[in-house]
Amino acid sequence: MNALDAHLPALQVVVPMLLSAIVVMLKPRGLAWAATTATSAVAFAISIELARLTLDGATINYAMGGWPAPFGIALGVDAFSALVLLVVTGASTVTLIGARASVDSEIALERQPFFYSAWLLALAGLAGIVVAADAFNIFVFMEISSLASYVLIAGGPDRRALPAVFKYLIMGTIGATFYLIGVGLIYMMTGTLNLADMELRIHEVADQKPILAAAGFITVGLGLKAAVFPLHVWLPNAYAYAPHMVTAFLAACATKVSIYVLLRFDFFVFQENLTGHAFQFSAFLLPLALLGILIGSGVAMFEKNLKRLFAFSSVAQIGYIILGASLVSVAGLTASILHIFNHALAKGALFLVAAAFAMNAGGLRLADLGGIGKRMPWTFGAFVIAGLSLIGIPGTAGFISKWYLISAVMELGVPGIAIIAVIIISSLMAVVYIWRVVEVAWFGEPAEPGVAAPTIPPMLIAAIWICALANLYFGIAPQLPADLAGSASQLLLDHLP
Amino acid sequence: MSPETSIIAALIVPLVGAIGIALAGRISPNVREAVTLTTAGALAWIVWGLLPIVFAGGRPGVTLAEVLPGINIAFEIEPLGMMFALLASSLWIVNSVYSIGYMRGANEKNQTRFYVMFAVSLAAAIGIAFAGNLFTLFLCYEILTLSTYPLVSHKGDKNTINSARIYLGVLLTTSIGLLLPAIIWTYSVAGTGDFVMGGILDGKLSGPAVGLLLGLFVFGVGKAAVMPVHRWLPAAMVAPTPVSALLHAVAVVKAGVFTVTKVIVYIFGVDFLFAEPSSSWLLYAAAFTIITASIVALRQTNLKRLLAYSTIAQLSYVVMAAAILKPLAEIGAAIHMLAHAFGKITLFFAAGAIYVAAKKTELHQLKGIGRRMPITMTAFTIGALSMIGVPPTGGFVSKWYILAGAFEADNYVALATIIASTVLNAAYFLPIVYMIWFIKEEPGGKEHGEAPWQSVLALAITAALTIGFFLFNGPALELERQLVEGMS
Repeated sequence: MNALDAHLPALQVVVPMLLSAIVVMLKPRGLAWAATTATSAVAFAISIELARLTLDGATINYAMGGWPAPFGIALGVDAFSALVLLVVTGASTVTLIGARASVDSEIALERQPFFYSAWLLALAGLAGIVVAADAFNIFVFMEISSLASYVLIAGGPDRRALPAVFKYLIMGTIGATFYLIGVGLIYMMTGTLNLADMELRIHEVADQKPILAAAGFITVGLGLKAAVFPLHVWLPNAYAYAPHMVTAFLAACATKVSIYVLLRFDFFVFQENLTGHAFQFSAFLLPLALLGILIGSGVAMFEKNLKRLFAFSSVAQIGYIILGASLVSVAGLTASILHIFNHALAKGALFLVAAAFAMNAGGLRLADLGGIGKRMPWTFGAFVIAGLSLIGIPGTAGFISKWYLISAVMELGVPGIAIIAVIIISSLMAVVYIWRVVEVAWFGEPAEPGVAAPTIPPMLIAAIWICALANLYFGIAPQLPADLAGSASQLLLDHLP
Repeated sequence: MSPETSIIAALIVPLVGAIGIALAGRISPNVREAVTLTTAGALAWIVWGLLPIVFAGGRPGVTLAEVLPGINIAFEIEPLGMMFALLASSLWIVNSVYSIGYMRGANEKNQTRFYVMFAVSLAAAIGIAFAGNLFTLFLCYEILTLSTYPLVSHKGDKNTINSARIYLGVLLTTSIGLLLPAIIWTYSVAGTGDFVMGGILDGKLSGPAVGLLLGLFVFGVGKAAVMPVHRWLPAAMVAPTPVSALLHAVAVVKAGVFTVTKVIVYIFGVDFLFAEPSSSWLLYAAAFTIITASIVALRQTNLKRLLAYSTIAQLSYVVMAAAILKPLAEIGAAIHMLAHAFGKITLFFAAGAIYVAAKKTELHQLKGIGRRMPITMTAFTIGALSMIGVPPTGGFVSKWYILAGAFEADNYVALATIIASTVLNAAYFLPIVYMIWFIKEEPGGKEHGEAPWQSVLALAITAALTIGFFLFNGPALELERQLVEGMS
């Protein structure tokens, strides 16, 4: 490990955070976008390097300012964090590459520097949550990323975003507060905020009741942030009415970071330290996951707005991730963590396609999209690939996570059959909601005749196809995310005796 | 070329051809059709080049990538797949010639897209034929489903979209809902999904689970159209006729029964299944499909729909023959794929030729049409006779072997089914044959002659193949005998 490598966990957060202050001052047209994209690309490069370093299961610990944990601020990156960092920075970078034209059409020029600055803050916040090794800093970064996301979501021309973001703000704050209450309870009982330290000291706690309450608060709070059914109600409108590029970025990674914290907290601190926790964890999350899968997909089948349709599909996909985790097994966690990655690929591509469609159609209701596939065949082609990945057709990334998930569920034996049935039914529902869009976009007639030739920014098409090809590539050669997910689940479970 | 290179070439040539067709479509239709024919010719040449190796007992194979631990994208050629690949690639040439006449004669739109998707479908069919394990087969199976969707929905009107929705809905639902769990189940109990002579499940699975897994496979492979998952096939008839001819009489549906046969022979193992009573339901399901589909065919008034129901019945012949689980019957199953392909593609070609020349699609319109289109209707008659199983047509040969297998197994259900369905086949085909030749045309009809010469040439070739298969079936039998080596 060379000298720079040791500092990468800190740089992952510091670089976008510092640049966010500078971007505000970049008034000339396009400069803010260029600086943001470059910063995001640097962050992406850092996370690739971190993934390379942690692939074999190593952990990189970093003490801020040389103050050792548990007294100073500790950061840590392992395979699990590295995978989530890849998702966060990758989603941000690819989205930004395609973002310029779409952002130009939605956000006034003089406000763009602030917009991009908020974007970098969100990026820094999300990355910070992932690298932070203590519970309180996770909260701080969570607030940074949330506040920045509220700004981003409300920043578009669509006034409906304002009530949506208000709802998100209220519910997000409740979630964060619950989390903080939980952390406070644990701090009260153990006297530490460092996760690793907490794990050790929690054994010494004689009265487990406050810890139990803390586990409840933290699980529910993070479940709210992660939009676990039925705590997802803030998500569809927030996604639907946000600027399109913001949706693509946040949909790919924001909720997943909360799931990351949920898993990390639970497996490092609570599992095996609380009596009966594994059962409570499963019994609480498994039914919610199954309901989320079915109801999310079911609503998506009847949804008329493209972005809301994708958003409800996200609710179902979050269900898959939670489902894998709730099995509390190596196979299940691997499937869950792998799906964090694969779903980001598919949903990122789909929301980018939605952005491209939005630039060329009157709106994003399905009725507005008649025949748009024929006018934009390349965009449409990428949509089909990403849609197939979401369904889980072999040859796409989505198939790999479904395979892992079904294999993991099979380990349960006979009760697993019901769960497999749910997974399969939901996949078939995905066929329905994806194919509704395909039929309208390909066979439908344009809402108003005589539409102008489509404007398709080449950078946006490039971003869309990067995602689409990634869906195919990681469907054929999933070794990188699968290995990271495998190491990550080992890591989470190795803490258990 | 080494056999390994040939396998990869056989998969890539149609895809490269598809790109070539797309590019050539911008130049002129003639160049585009030349590219199609060249691609089809090259593919057939490569596939035929592999035949001597397989004939000599070789099983060339190639592994492309390891997707998941123990799960590869791998190809390996064995006799059954060899035959299926030969069939699909050779008939693609004939079908392309036919398509030129049909698509131009019928003034179809978006012809470039049609030829491009056709080439992609063929690549997928070859992939299914050569697949070395269940995962690879499933991958190609889904590609085939998706790449034929634009062909089925080619016309793009409301009726077509609805039918295409049924097509895709049934095929995707069954494959994701049943076939995928079956494959994952197989991998999890056997640790592998490779196609191995004699099967991989012996000792790993027993009792009712075997019958259940077999059910997941048979109904999961919707393309085999065993009732009740047959609805997609009549729906697919909205496609242009060359699609119905090559894909829904040969490549797609044969991919279905091919998969079922392959799973029975190489995953379960014939002897293993024979010893397992819980698998015996398959024979009855297939017999039921044969009889029911034949009865439904009796009541059809549209020629292509009648042919579709006839196809459903004939596909279940293959499934039933495979389910008899005796060597002669397995050979019969393999041979029937060939024999039925020649006969049914001829019938579809004739139906398409009638549509192009006379714009007629309904049965009652066909009175006396034999006088106007003598070559077409002669070919149609030969095809119909082959469906019934009358010598000297190919249908007789395969029926002979299936019957022999049924005798060998003392399987009276299969015997009775074959006899009953032969009567039914005659009952719906012979009246048509009588009508086209011996009933006078209604006055005031449109003046017309034969379809464009490309189409007539194509159906003459396949009619000749139908007769030729009766006379020269030795090599095919020889090849498929390898399939049953070592069976009791």
